[in-house]
Amino acid sequence: MKSFAFHAAIVLALFALQFVLPAYHHANAARIMVYAVLAVGYNVLLGYTGLMSLGHAMFFAAGAYGVGLSIYWLGFAPLAAFGVGAASGLVLSLVAGLFLLRTTGVAFLIVTLMLAQAFFLSTLYFNGVTLGEQGMVLTNVAAVEAFGTSFRLSDPTVKYNLALAIFSAAFLGSLWLVRSPIGRVLIAIRENELRTRMLGYNTFAYRYLAITVSGTIAGLSGALYCLLFSYVGSSFASLQYSTLPLLWTLLGGAGTVIGPLIGTGLMFYLIDISSGFTSSYLLVVGATLLVLTLWFPKGIAGTLRSRWLGWLP
Amino acid sequence: MNILGVRNLSRHYGGLAAVNDVFLDVAHGEVRAIIGPNGAGKTTLVGMISGRITPSNGQIEFHDKDITRTSSWSRVLLGIVYTFQVPSIYRALTCYENVALAAQRKHVSEKVVSAAVKKSLMRVGLANDLQRLAGVLPHGHQRLLEVAMALALSPQLLILDEPTQGLAPSEIAAFCELVRDVSRSATVLLIEHNLKVVMQLASRITVMDQGSILTEGTPLEIEQHPAVRRVYLGH
Repeated sequence: MKSFAFHAAIVLALFALQFVLPAYHHANAARIMVYAVLAVGYNVLLGYTGLMSLGHAMFFAAGAYGVGLSIYWLGFAPLAAFGVGAASGLVLSLVAGLFLLRTTGVAFLIVTLMLAQAFFLSTLYFNGVTLGEQGMVLTNVAAVEAFGTSFRLSDPTVKYNLALAIFSAAFLGSLWLVRSPIGRVLIAIRENELRTRMLGYNTFAYRYLAITVSGTIAGLSGALYCLLFSYVGSSFASLQYSTLPLLWTLLGGAGTVIGPLIGTGLMFYLIDISSGFTSSYLLVVGATLLVLTLWFPKGIAGTLRSRWLGWLP
Repeated sequence: MNILGVRNLSRHYGGLAAVNDVFLDVAHGEVRAIIGPNGAGKTTLVGMISGRITPSNGQIEFHDKDITRTSSWSRVLLGIVYTFQVPSIYRALTCYENVALAAQRKHVSEKVVSAAVKKSLMRVGLANDLQRLAGVLPHGHQRLLEVAMALALSPQLLILDEPTQGLAPSEIAAFCELVRDVSRSATVLLIEHNLKVVMQLASRITVMDQGSILTEGTPLEIEQHPAVRRVYLGH
């Protein structure tokens, strides 16, 4: 109960934040929430099932291309395009899961990396459709008609609240999942898979489920990104979008529900601020990450949980 | 009536036969002990019965149904529950969570799960350790936690692999009491080195040596068997 109230309060705080933030940070916050959805999805797999992926860029890109292609080439309405994006993420995770099921540990990492690279190269190979690295800029996104008004997706308030809505769904959904009997089994697989099988669980099925949920949430993030920022290109499928969610999750605290949000926000501003006074901002980011992993290997929320907040899920 | 039937069961590792052409029948409700020197193939045999190890040859029947190809996790659902020789618990989780993982396999409602967890922990004497991390329990208590997890799965055939190893004498007495209690509702297959425990608990004893079954009988018969005295007791 306490943990649900805590996470609901975070969502409310994010809602209230839009009324006090100056325009620049308002836009940043929307972007952070979109990225945080990717991190939330990533955390289901790394934090709660113990599987480290280096291929989440393909799920992110699948969602983004689902939206981008259907709007750019087929002139879909935003909601329908978002549905296509979400479905793309789901279908890709169902298919990728079949390959990934037989692997754990390092093999899992390598296979996710290979699948994602294959996906990345495909976006370049089919550049007649995807427009390759240059990508598609969506200039023809229609307004969303709802509740008797029309919402333009370029409007900052609409952006912020759409991002908040999807983020809240992923955030509270992951809270529900990890506290459910299913989440208990996923954690058990992370801790000791053989034991879990000998308690009568088909651990293959549970890992497949975790891969699918994680990939689908990552796909939602990509779909939302493309919808709100009107762009998708091959870079979405590049290694960078696989390593970022890993770093966000580790920084915030893998295996905590709040961790992905903290990690994403912190890293975003770390890059934002350090790039303001040096062009080698990645050095600052690297040094910070080094310090954090050396002294806080459980990430920020993970450290908070082990020191003071034992109830944090 | 037999709950478990093993026919021609073998497991080879390269040229080594860990278990060689074993036949075994266990009757419903008995406490069957399997004894034998180290390397006799006891753990491999029960590993195949529980599904952890794939046999090279032979057949396993449970309630007269062939389960040789059934996965280990579905065997648990059929009622074959294995407790590990080296305690295999979730060290980073609380005792409650450990047993809840077993209990929720049998029950849906969290309320019923919670009651089942408490009941299982009470039966093994860990009722006061609900919220303790399993990893910080003393070794003997980790074994008991392992048994509590098994009990929460309401086994029909409970396989205990050297359960008293590392227990203090006072704990062993309590453990024997527990096994007697469990055997009222389940058939027990017990691998045990402590002959005092075996003689106390077992209704029948199977003696293994070098992957094969040497002999089988009541505790009294086994005690007096010349080959057993030579191979196992060393005189």
